[in-house]
Order: sequence, then C-alpha cells, then structure tokens
Amino acid sequence: MNFKNSGNGEPLQPDMLERRHFEVRTLKSIVLSSITIFAAVCACLPLFSVLIMLIYRGGKRLNLEVFYSLPPTAFETGGGFGNAILGTLFMIGLAALISVPFGIMAAIYLAEQGHCSRIAQTARFCAKTMTGLPSILAGVFAYAAVVLIMGHYSAWAGGIALSILMLPMILLTAEEAIKMVPSPMREAAYGMGCTPSQAMVKVTLPVAMPGIITGVVLAVARAAGETAPLLFTALFSDYWLHPNGPTASLAVLIYNYSGMPFENQIELAWAASLVLVIMVFILNIISRAIGQRKK
Amino acid sequence: MAMEQQSIWDATDTLSRPVSKRDIFFDKVFRWVTHAFTLGTIFVLFYIVFKIGGKALPVISEFGLEFITSTTWDVNAGKFGILPEIWGTLYSSILALILGGSFGIAIAIFLTQDFLHYRIQIVLKNIIELLAAIPSVVYGLWGIFVLIPLIRPLADYLHNHFGWIPFFSTSLSGPGMFPAALVLSIMILPTVAAISQDALLAVPLKTKEAAYGMGTTRWEAILRVMLPTASGGIFGSLVLGFGRALGETMALAMLVGNSNDISLSVFSPADTLATLLALNFPEAGEYEASVLMYAACVLLLITLLVNIAGATIITRCDCRSMK
Repeated sequence: MNFKNSGNGEPLQPDMLERRHFEVRTLKSIVLSSITIFAAVCACLPLFSVLIMLIYRGGKRLNLEVFYSLPPTAFETGGGFGNAILGTLFMIGLAALISVPFGIMAAIYLAEQGHCSRIAQTARFCAKTMTGLPSILAGVFAYAAVVLIMGHYSAWAGGIALSILMLPMILLTAEEAIKMVPSPMREAAYGMGCTPSQAMVKVTLPVAMPGIITGVVLAVARAAGETAPLLFTALFSDYWLHPNGPTASLAVLIYNYSGMPFENQIELAWAASLVLVIMVFILNIISRAIGQRKK
Repeated sequence: MAMEQQSIWDATDTLSRPVSKRDIFFDKVFRWVTHAFTLGTIFVLFYIVFKIGGKALPVISEFGLEFITSTTWDVNAGKFGILPEIWGTLYSSILALILGGSFGIAIAIFLTQDFLHYRIQIVLKNIIELLAAIPSVVYGLWGIFVLIPLIRPLADYLHNHFGWIPFFSTSLSGPGMFPAALVLSIMILPTVAAISQDALLAVPLKTKEAAYGMGTTRWEAILRVMLPTASGGIFGSLVLGFGRALGETMALAMLVGNSNDISLSVFSPADTLATLLALNFPEAGEYEASVLMYAACVLLLITLLVNIAGATIITRCDCRSMK
C-alpha cells in the first residue's frame, strides 16, 4: 500500500496519485470488472436465445389457421389452438373479475389504516406470504375446494386457481399506489366536506389509478403464463370452450405437446409459445407505458 | 356565462351542503366492504392451508413421519414416501441458488456501481426484468429442444474425464438435474438481481464516496464497503430466490426427468415435490389425491418457512436503514 508514506508525515507526491496499471489492486479491479461484464452478458444470452428460437421455430408454423382451428389428433397435419387461446382469455378474465375488486378493496383498507391496525398488518403479512406461494399449491387448493366439490374439472376451477395467484400481487401494488398519493390532496377533499369514502373514490383512487392498473396488468401477464395451477383444475380439452368441462389453455397445450413424439404437435407448441410470449410482452409494455406516464 | 354565475350565487342551496344521510350510509357501507375484503384476504390464506391440510389429515395420521423418510412410491402396493422428492427439491434449488445467486448479485453490482452509461443501464435492467416475464413452460420447451442438446457434449466430457467426482458420476441421458437447475437459475436470477439492486441502491451515497475518498479502487469499495453494508438485503434476496426455486413446477417437470432416485450426480434424472404433484394429480384417484395433498403440505411448509424468513430479513434491513 502506498498510503504508508503519507502516514509517516511525508508530503504526498503528485506521482503517488497516478493510477498504476500493473499494481495488484488495479489488476484485481480489472479482472473483477471483466468477470462482472461476462456475467451480465451470459445472463442476457438465455433471453435472446429463447426469443430467437421462438421467432424461428414458432414463426415458421404461425399462420391464420392456428387461431381459429382446433388441435390436431395424433397423425393429423395442420390444426391450431383457437380453443386454447379462448380458454386462456376466459380463465384470465374470470380470475381478474374475482381478484381485481377483491385486491383493490382490501388495498384501500390497508392504505387507510397504515401500520396502526392489527388486521391491516396481518392482511399485509398474509398477502406477502401468498406471493411466495408456489403456483402449483394454488392448483392443489382449487382442486380440493372446487374440483372435488363440483365433481369435474372446469374453467371455473382454473380461474379461481389463477385468482389466488393474482390477488396478493394486485393488493400489494394497489396499496403502494394509493399510499403514493400526496396526503394534501386527500386532506383538501376532507376540507371540502367529503366523507372519507368520498375522498377515496373521487380523489385518491383516480390519482392512484395508473399505479393500480400497472399492478393489475402485470398480474394478468403473470397469470397468462401460469401452467401449474391449471394442470389439474382446468385440465385440457380438444374442443371449443365449455366453462363447465375441461378447458384448454395455451400454457397447458405447450406442456402437453412438448412431450409428444409428433413433429406437428411440437411445432404447434412452439407457435403457441410465441403467441403466449407476445401476449405477455405486450402486457408488460402496456404496464410500463402506464407506469412511465405516471411520472 | 355571466348568467350562470349569477344563478349559482342566487340559488338558495349552495354548492356545498352538509353531509346527507345517504353519504353517511355510503361511507359506512364502503368502510364495511373494504374491511370485509381485508378480512377475506386473511381468510383466503387460512382457507388454503385448511383445505390442503384437511384433505391430507387422514393420510398424515396413517403414514406419519414415515412418509417423509421412506423412498418408495408405489400406488398399487399402497406405499408412499417422498424422501427422493424432498432431496430433489432442495438439491435443484441449492444448485440454482449457487448459479443464479452469484450471477444475480454480479448483475446487481454491474447495474448499480456506475459501470455503464445511464441509458445502457436501463436497457440491461429491462432485459433482466423481461427474463422474469417469460412463462416457465416456455423455458421448459426451450430447455428440451435447445439447452439439453447444447450442454450434452459438455456433460459427456465432464463425465468421461471427471467421472470419479460424485457430481459427474453418471452421464446425461436427456433430461436431468443439471439442465433443470440451469433453467431454474435463469428463473431466479431476476428476483435476486432486482432485490439486491434495491439493497445496493439503499446504501447512502456518502458511504461510497467516503470509501473512494480513502483511496480505494472501485472493487475495494464494492467488496469491503458496499457489499457488507447491503449484505442484509442481498441475503434476503437469496432467501426469496431460494423460495421461488423450491416451488417452481413446470420447467422442472419438463426437464428434471422424473425418476424416484436420490443421487448426488448432477447429470442423473431426479424428481421434486412440485413435479410429483404436477405429474400425478391429473390421474390420481381419491386416495392417491389425499396422499399427494400430504406432499403438498410438506411443500407448503418448506416454502412458507423460507419465504417468511426472507421477508423478515428484508423488512428488518429496511427498518435499520431507515433509522
């Protein structure tokens, strides 16, 4: 170390402050920097590899037919996954219908009560715990709570399983968004004679809306790609959407077809992946655009 | 315009009026509804535990702890044990944590310590976030058709030359622990990177400047000042990443090979709790379903413990840095 000199009271010479390229400390710094750059590049590779393969293998098979036709049987050529797209949209819609009002209402209570209330604290803790819940357990729950009671697999069970996954995400992001609203705005509303709920509905919620929508869209994007909760709640079906029976979804279709020995099915799995990833990316971009406008 | 203004001033009832009974009623109902939904959130978690636990209860009392310690899974003989699955779950998650964790922390350092131009930093950050957006089933598909053929030569080489090391003692025959752990590490990398970035950004700028002022190089500052200061949050990110890896299902179901063995070799196929559920549930009879519920209970317990630990660590660090 060069600092010893100055420690002895000698004046610091200008050449001591120059960067020496071949000193151990500098070399160590350079080596570690290169390792980090290498790590960052490595981490980006899978994303590009996945995207390139999706465009190459999925794009080859993607045509209009896949959007409106039913899945092919074993040795059939052609076919598509129109029913799976419909099924995915139906179940996500159902899940959103359950979890959006539920999550936002609970978020309002949490944001209003802050850290004071026991119930709010407990609910926040439960929501955080639920975000870490393995998605397959949401499926196990929906199986026990819906499939066993109804007696058959259905789109309803799939939607409920997905809503369990979406609820904590929507709740926590909505709470953050509501808390971000400056309190003078709300206080001004109180000053005008608003009741707390009027202030919330007419002032706070509209201001917090972009943040809430961002959370909802992200939750929808995540639910769209979930497979595990649907495996044994919605199962799969080769026919058009019938909410009371087994229902096809893009994610389960990809999983089922990826293990099949038929080239046509594997190509369809790639095409379905491309459609799914495009859907998810568009949702992500929308949520980012909304989040950006907020600032 | 003037007319309208006039009429407002002249009107007997002004714009402001006392809160009507309807408003008070609405306010009460609204509060009541938000309260109810909050209680509902708590109820949902307990109901999940109750439902899964309730279905598993008869089987828990029937098998007891033997279920966790025995290794056979034979539906026809009525013998069930999930030790290989517990082993596979922990082993794959630890492998993924070592890989994904080190890369995730490296990226967090790379993105927060002024290595890059501001714009490139944002682009890279978005790329890492998009990694998390890709559905796990797509990663599984990619793993089967791209990753496994790609790493096979490497696996063969390691097995042929370093076969005496227990980790490489078998050859990779298609799916196995190694490709599964690789994909798993890609999936937990964004989690680790995002939370570690927050932890590193939470370190006050003055701390870093003080280190530079002492004449440290960039890496001396990072290794001796930044990382120890942010260590709580980084540790929390690793625990949460571990929690994610434990519960991940689809990529593993497609890549891990589903064999009921305990092996130290990273190239041999294995099984995890989540994949056991995913593969056996759709065809399970009523009895096997409740046996699987027991396995689900074990998974629930492990992930709950890990996640609560991670959340507690991060909250505690937040509180400390606020002070």
